[in-house]
Amino acid sequence: MNIIVNGNETHIVEGSVVSDLIRSLGLNPVRLAVELNRRIIRRAQWDSTTVLEGDRVEIVHFVGGG
Amino acid sequence: MNDRYSRQILFAPIGEQGQARLAESRVVIIGCGALGAVSAETLARAGVGHLVIVDRDFVEESNLQRQIIFEESDALNRLPKAVAGAARLARVNSDIQIEPIVTDVNFENVEEIIAGANVVIDGTDNFETRFLINDACLKTKTPWIYGAAVGSYGLTMTIVPGSSPCLRCVLEAMPEPGSGPTCDTAGVIMPIVTTIASIQAAEAMKLLTGQTDELHRSLIRIDLWDFEFNRLDLSSFNDEDRCPACSKGEFEFLRGAGRQVTTTLCGRNAVQIARTGVGALNFAALAERLKPAGEVAFNDFLLRFRVDGYDITVFRDARSIIRGTTDPAVARGLYARYIGA
Repeated sequence: MNIIVNGNETHIVEGSVVSDLIRSLGLNPVRLAVELNRRIIRRAQWDSTTVLEGDRVEIVHFVGGG
Repeated sequence: MNDRYSRQILFAPIGEQGQARLAESRVVIIGCGALGAVSAETLARAGVGHLVIVDRDFVEESNLQRQIIFEESDALNRLPKAVAGAARLARVNSDIQIEPIVTDVNFENVEEIIAGANVVIDGTDNFETRFLINDACLKTKTPWIYGAAVGSYGLTMTIVPGSSPCLRCVLEAMPEPGSGPTCDTAGVIMPIVTTIASIQAAEAMKLLTGQTDELHRSLIRIDLWDFEFNRLDLSSFNDEDRCPACSKGEFEFLRGAGRQVTTTLCGRNAVQIARTGVGALNFAALAERLKPAGEVAFNDFLLRFRVDGYDITVFRDARSIIRGTTDPAVARGLYARYIGA
């Protein structure tokens, strides 16, 4: 199925939860904030929140530089 | 000087009244590197009456590509950034008071440093100081503006205690040292710095003139090379998702949680830096990031990195020994720049 991640259409396996999506994108989970359909998903809910066809996900990667 | 601010006063949302409020304001800028320098220059020109510039570092040649308030002579003379920055801003605007503070912000001095500030601006290069600022600003109900940039990518978020989520609400835990890119390993271009710092400065001007309704209320994410502009809307953040600092007033970072402990190793021209509660570092990934910046090698137990005459040894638990200095502030600066704190 397809979802929108940071504005780009992305294919993921049906039934994936947020943590599956982060893994499949090869991201380091330590520095991320995730928003699903305009609602921030807490870290504790990443394993239990299922992503559905057409969902819009925003993933923000925090950096430290300045 | 009546004409100095005329164009800013003509801008209707500021006007005479807003200009007067700016003149009465006190802004503390913590970290005067690339981001802090742009904020400092912008707010000095805008006529913020009292600017405090705090930095632990000195000016180096590699800063000049992006740190807008420094000149070649500052690097040659190895001037502290707070001192060089304040001198430059005093030439730009003699109307205002500029107070340089050369210090390493820590859990013992952060509350004193931000005391009396109307707004605190983040120009730091590490999460340890940002989590301290976050706690100190929540405790004193002082708005602060997070900003960060690496490569062509940057982020910013405005925290208004009592009305917006804070950095900890969104990020939840302080990232572990050695877990991400820094400007000294991945590089950085000036346009993303000026973009992020300009957003921070505009937000500061809204706060200082009492226009909190105009704040962007987002976590803004910009990549100027890929040309991506995105925002996480924070206006619908759930109250039940608030962090322990916001919901229960637990300011553990002000009590020293997550802090680096530095020890000068006598007779060895070295400083040890340790932080508790860190899991095992991924040496292969860290070495990959460090490779463009200097000479790096690792085995199962430790990683060695040489740069600019310093010799940095990192252990699996992120404890590090930095040879080539006995000054803890210099060692912490190097650690933030290369390992990432």
